[in-house]
Amino acid sequence: MHGIDWVDVGLSVLKIAIVLGAMLNVTPIMVWVERRGSALIQDRPGPNRVGPFGLFQSFADAFKFILKEDMLPAKANKILYTIAPMFGLIPALTTIAVVPWGRPFTLPGGRLFEPIIANVNIGILLIFALASMGVYGIVMAGWASANKYSLFGGIRASAQMISYELSLTLAAVSVLLAAGSLSLTDVVWRQTGSFVLFNVIKLPAWNIFSPAMWMAFIVFFVSGFAETNRMPFDFAEADAELVAGYHTEYSSMKFALFFMSEYMAMATMSALVTTLFLGGWDIPWYTEPATWVGFALSVLSFVTKVSIILFIFVWVRWTIPRLKYDLLMKLGWKVFLPMAVVNIVIVALFIARGWL
Amino acid sequence: MSPALVVFLVIGTIAVASSILVVAMRNPVHSALFLLLTFLCVAILFVMKGAEFVGAVQVLVYAGGIMVLFLFVVMLINVRHLPDERVLSNFWKGGLLVGLAVFLLFFTMVRPGVFHDPVASDQALRTTYTYRHRKVHQPDGTVVRKLIRRGKVVGNSEAVGMALYTDYLVPFEVASLFLLVAMIGAIVIGKRELSAIEEENIPAYMLERSETEHEVKEAMSA
Amino acid sequence: MTHTLLPVLIMMLIAVVVGVVMLALAWFVGGHARTASKQEPYESGVPSLDENRKRVNVRFYQIAMLFILFDIEAAFLYPWAVIYREASTGAQGMFLFGEMLVFIVLLAVGYVYVWKKKAFDF
Repeated sequence: MHGIDWVDVGLSVLKIAIVLGAMLNVTPIMVWVERRGSALIQDRPGPNRVGPFGLFQSFADAFKFILKEDMLPAKANKILYTIAPMFGLIPALTTIAVVPWGRPFTLPGGRLFEPIIANVNIGILLIFALASMGVYGIVMAGWASANKYSLFGGIRASAQMISYELSLTLAAVSVLLAAGSLSLTDVVWRQTGSFVLFNVIKLPAWNIFSPAMWMAFIVFFVSGFAETNRMPFDFAEADAELVAGYHTEYSSMKFALFFMSEYMAMATMSALVTTLFLGGWDIPWYTEPATWVGFALSVLSFVTKVSIILFIFVWVRWTIPRLKYDLLMKLGWKVFLPMAVVNIVIVALFIARGWL
Repeated sequence: MSPALVVFLVIGTIAVASSILVVAMRNPVHSALFLLLTFLCVAILFVMKGAEFVGAVQVLVYAGGIMVLFLFVVMLINVRHLPDERVLSNFWKGGLLVGLAVFLLFFTMVRPGVFHDPVASDQALRTTYTYRHRKVHQPDGTVVRKLIRRGKVVGNSEAVGMALYTDYLVPFEVASLFLLVAMIGAIVIGKRELSAIEEENIPAYMLERSETEHEVKEAMSA
Repeated sequence: MTHTLLPVLIMMLIAVVVGVVMLALAWFVGGHARTASKQEPYESGVPSLDENRKRVNVRFYQIAMLFILFDIEAAFLYPWAVIYREASTGAQGMFLFGEMLVFIVLLAVGYVYVWKKKAFDF
């Protein structure tokens, strides 16, 4: 541990600061988008009193969360009840660390700046490992609250999240097969450039356009909704059936932490879909120069793609009604699981034949 | 002391302490969560040793495993009726004996030099060599089968993959058989439990309703 | 290798700090007016009559068990996916493909069994 490279440390701190800042701001922005977006879809004004277009509504909400009474139910398991929101927050905030968010470029000193916090070669595996910890926050909250609604919400959520996590991990295998690596940096680099389909259309070499991988994309994208407990699959809360599900007994900032984790998990999931299937930071039909201009453009491209997917999350929530629980499990186990496995076999065949 | 040693000592202590708490805790849910903590610490130890692939799989698979344990506890045990005040069960003497025996076994096996394991540096875990048996003609005319080292694979998951799918191919396929057996086992056990619970827990009106549903279905199909 | 994972650990620590600060802030700033009925478990306004920690259906447990088994399958698929492209040149490619196909087919037998036993029908 001698000879610490302080420039390297400084760059690491800078990257962490940028990403954490973005992640912590995702929640207020997305709450605003969600509320205004739902208003747009349902043809009503939405929040429009606090600031222009109600932009500061989220900050007003945040202050209200701090000022509210922090409840501690008498029958609850006090310790688990308190640390459960934290347990949800940690994976939601950390998983983004292995996602590359821009094209690397050379700094003036000749040093390569890689816009990724931790360029580990087990990237995607680390994401799934951390995401599997996210279930515990919900289940612990549900159990510790000593409330029937909470318990059922938590248990339902656990079964749902693990089922769809399976589809996610298996759908990701197809992409990794094509990339030949677990590192998300390699996955993105493989998707740069373009290919010509049927000698007619020139398409970006993104995995979504690959004839072998559209099934994996559908499985991954829809499972992403289930994994983040978003609307067609929000059985952790299911407010019509379970009051508020696992956070029925939560109030004040403890509830806000769950709320934040949900939006952060959504952002991470969008970033992951972008990275795995939509070419990450790649700009279609354009080769970015290896300078800071290319870096800035690629970051812009990445943020744009993530934003579009985040908006689809909101759009779907206000368009598609919740499934029935048995349909949810059937969809996960009887449709997505075989689809993902079949897609793996297809991709493997494509590679063996030299088509991919 | 190097920072790595300090981290190892801290994480190792947490791992051992929480694994003791797994058996010492009265509430089974707490036990399950301490088991989770133990596994997380072990995963960190794996990563420190350079085996980050094993560490990640440890979290991925074992975290799910604990979830099963958790659900098992919630399913079977009515937490209001906790076991009585006695901390040790009647089998503690036997348990202690078995525990000591296992400890002795590990102690003698894992001690450096006894069970020689070549993994000394972090780099060793990240490289694997592909070996092949080759017939080698000795100068005196005899033919000996020798292990020849061929290619070199770098990278942790690559090393695991190469070893798993070439040298340990048969154990790998046998593992799938085990998974198959476990799958069937899960269903068989679950079915028996279900029927027992059904009899005691489902209220009469639910059974009546399902009968009515059945009749309606028959009428519809007719 | 450990040092590339260090930023992730630092992020985790920051997440813990963020969480603790927020919870502490709300705990000390927000008012507290505890009453017995407020601290009761919420049951849609009706006083709760029985215990609050119910036993749950065995099906959830079953699903979790099946999840582990398929998760192990996925864990086996990952190293395979990593080496497949590199190693799949020539005859060895079809060999690697074949051995994974055997693995998947064996598991598919179990999958069909589970399906037929209606474990996925909640």
